[in-house]
Amino acid sequence: MKHIEITINGKREELDVAPSETLLEMIREKLFLTGTKEGCGMGECGACTVVMDGVTVNSCLVLAAEADGKSIVTIEGVGTAEKLHPVQEAFVKHGGSQCGFCTPGMIVSGTYLLKKNPRPTEEEIREGLAGNFCRCTGYTKIIESVEAAAKMMGEGGDS
Amino acid sequence: MEKYSVIGKSVPRVDAVQKATGDAKFAADLSLPGMLWCKILRSPHPHAKILNIDTGQAESHPGVKAVCTGKDFGGWTWGFMPQTRDEPPLAVGKVRYQGEGVAAVAAVDEETAEEAAQLIRVDYEELPGVFDPEEAMKPGAPAVHDHVQNNQSWEFHMDFGDVERAFEESDIVREDRFETGRVMTGYLEPPAAVAQYDSNGITLWGAKQSPYFVYRHMAACFNLPLNKIRIIQPFIGAGFGGTKNDSVAGDFCSVLFSKRTGRPVKFVYNMEEVLKTARRRHNFIIHSKMGMKKDGTLMAIQQKSIAEGGAYTAIGPLTLYLSGALTTLPYKLPNFRYDAYRIFTNHPVGAAMRGHGATHTRFAAEVQMDIIAEELGIDAMEVRLKNAVTAPHETINKVTVKSCGLTEGLKTLRNTELWHRRGKGGASGRGVGLSAASYLGGARQLGHQSCAAVIRLCEDGTVNYLTGATDCGQGSDTVLIQIVAEEMGLRMEDVSIKRVDTAVTPCDPGSYGSRVTILAGMAAQRAAQDVKSQLAQFAANEWKVQPGDIEFRDRKAFVKDRPELSMSFEKLSKIACYSRSGAVIIGRGYSQYGLERYDWDKGLGNPGTSYSFTAQLAEVKVDLETGVARCENTILAHDCGRPLNPLNVHAQNQGGTVQGLGQTLYEEFLMDQGITRNASLTHYKMPLSTDVPNIEIIDIITQDPDGPYGAKEASEGCIVSTPTAVVSALKDATGIWFKTLPVTPEKIYWALQKKKE
Repeated sequence: MKHIEITINGKREELDVAPSETLLEMIREKLFLTGTKEGCGMGECGACTVVMDGVTVNSCLVLAAEADGKSIVTIEGVGTAEKLHPVQEAFVKHGGSQCGFCTPGMIVSGTYLLKKNPRPTEEEIREGLAGNFCRCTGYTKIIESVEAAAKMMGEGGDS
Repeated sequence: MEKYSVIGKSVPRVDAVQKATGDAKFAADLSLPGMLWCKILRSPHPHAKILNIDTGQAESHPGVKAVCTGKDFGGWTWGFMPQTRDEPPLAVGKVRYQGEGVAAVAAVDEETAEEAAQLIRVDYEELPGVFDPEEAMKPGAPAVHDHVQNNQSWEFHMDFGDVERAFEESDIVREDRFETGRVMTGYLEPPAAVAQYDSNGITLWGAKQSPYFVYRHMAACFNLPLNKIRIIQPFIGAGFGGTKNDSVAGDFCSVLFSKRTGRPVKFVYNMEEVLKTARRRHNFIIHSKMGMKKDGTLMAIQQKSIAEGGAYTAIGPLTLYLSGALTTLPYKLPNFRYDAYRIFTNHPVGAAMRGHGATHTRFAAEVQMDIIAEELGIDAMEVRLKNAVTAPHETINKVTVKSCGLTEGLKTLRNTELWHRRGKGGASGRGVGLSAASYLGGARQLGHQSCAAVIRLCEDGTVNYLTGATDCGQGSDTVLIQIVAEEMGLRMEDVSIKRVDTAVTPCDPGSYGSRVTILAGMAAQRAAQDVKSQLAQFAANEWKVQPGDIEFRDRKAFVKDRPELSMSFEKLSKIACYSRSGAVIIGRGYSQYGLERYDWDKGLGNPGTSYSFTAQLAEVKVDLETGVARCENTILAHDCGRPLNPLNVHAQNQGGTVQGLGQTLYEEFLMDQGITRNASLTHYKMPLSTDVPNIEIIDIITQDPDGPYGAKEASEGCIVSTPTAVVSALKDATGIWFKTLPVTPEKIYWALQKKKE
């Protein structure tokens, strides 16, 4: 076991993690943040996307021990039902979710994309979400949601 | 004033906030105190005798609490019909496909269960396998099931009109062979459940698209009455038919382990298990013969289908049925003959998937019609407009169409700029294709058909709406709440839906065959009307009027034409349920569309309640050097009757279109002597955001009498129309007809090479 300290969604946590434990397992099973999903467990589907020190990662491919000293943001840290992030608000309004299983990872990727590039073209949104698989939507409403969020954030002066 | 307050509006989904915040709990997110983990040991061989299973080492492994094998289920098997119950929870005696469950372990955590499963020693005697349905049909081929002749799992024969005479009277007759691919549904959430067995029976929180299938399976397998079976539905990470409409080995093993250990047991499959073992769409070989008059009139279709069924029967008989019964739409067809054979092989099981049945045979018929029309010099639009069904219509196999927007849809597409780009791609590799399709909604089976609803009134004027119908992502919870709110004159937020709990919600056949909006929707309407009529008694007493004069709108009850007699819905509810009496107001309703039986043996009658119509244009760009094709634009003119939530209808159609596109251009299991060689999401290529076209959906509004507010199905039709629109566009781009799906870059490349020669 290795003792690590992380900041998760703005809160400091100390944990003991096994050498083979992934960041995804730690998030879901030790911190009980089940919003982050496991689809393939092999870095192919993006359902487990979280932000680590400002960069999106597939948390199934990162060892928990590697997160020592780092700051992690999961879907639970993006916004809450009371105070949705504009990307979440746009997903709600524009039908960005269907079954909802890819949604947390998709929204984390969407927020990261807009942070890096507040006014993306449609092509840049497609590229920015290319690591997140969705079978339900055909991506159209997801792309529209991210476009709408970019607009909302631009108008709000956040960007 | 508008006729409806919430029906027909693009309201956000009722579960959207939960899903966007990560608050929505799926089966894998659940855990219980003392919970064990179940892992399945799977066969490495596609066909082998099980000589011996030694579980000793696994049983003594630290942390292991129980081990089971196929024999522990006492010979119980399940299947779609009494005569096709051929599938055991775990293999008994022999394995019939690679990845079939052979044994299972329950241990204190997932890792220990995985380790222990690998300690089970299975002695196999490998058997020669059959991996090609045409080979499997030949006399002397290895038998997947003993006593099944020529590996024939099921057959269907339909014969309407006189095809022989019609071919004689045709000016042109063609015969072609078509093939559809080995593909899967592609839901992202792997199957998972938490099971608990105690003195009160079985409780299972499972990722199930149709929980009442599992409810019946568990009662039968564990010999318990249905009132002891409680299937509770968390959020479902999509279904699309097949696996999530069924039980899986993990369900049975987890329940058995819980029974033995007294502890809750959980399983979550990994993606490799999904890709190697889950139900797939059947792949079909279709020999199609079609006759047409010089003027483009369709005279006859005769098809022979060979469907690869894999190792067990599952729902395969229905696949065969639908692949025939739906061929007589969307064009007027006076003569039709169909012979279909479902063949066992040593591959994973073929079952239902979105667009069930029709995706195969309609692909063949639609492309063949285009080829013939081209030979006759009739353009694709003209041949469709000439033959398109118009309502009312009864097909030769007595499928009745009461509303049809196909002609309007085709004419709408004819006016688009995209249609006018057809035939103008020149040497650039661009092409535009056209197709049309129909699909049933409100699917019928021979057994349980109706959906039911219960609405409980709370004293504050809000309601709990109980349905046995499952929203596995398609958005039915939202549409059903729209219906309840509309009928009762309430707002969406006044209606709370409780997801399926078989101990509480009314029994429901399941979420398949686009049946929920139509049938659960009608049940919801009726239950709401029942609440209103009970409440109207109380209002009538207050005002000394007749109950029939009471109306409900805008959260109010009032007397018709007497606006001074009005009170809030909340106040009336309080009077009824609290202050003047403690009345228990519970509304009940069940659907009554389409209860007449169809003739399963002859293929006669309605397999659905109503039928959607789709006309579609697709534009592709083909790299003529490499054969890489990309669909860039598509437009669907889609008749789902009245769209109850247009945003959701469009979203469903976009999803179905892209799923269909994947199965046209990208997706295919690569099989090698029964082994799945591409069991990962990288190698089984489904579309990503960078692969999808711009999709435009045009609503063609019709009003079907057999659906709530005139609604019909959405998204199963477009998975039938997309492959044919794309194949038609590929022809426009390359001059080549592709008859085998998927049309991979390799196939396009070699076809282009051959054409050059």
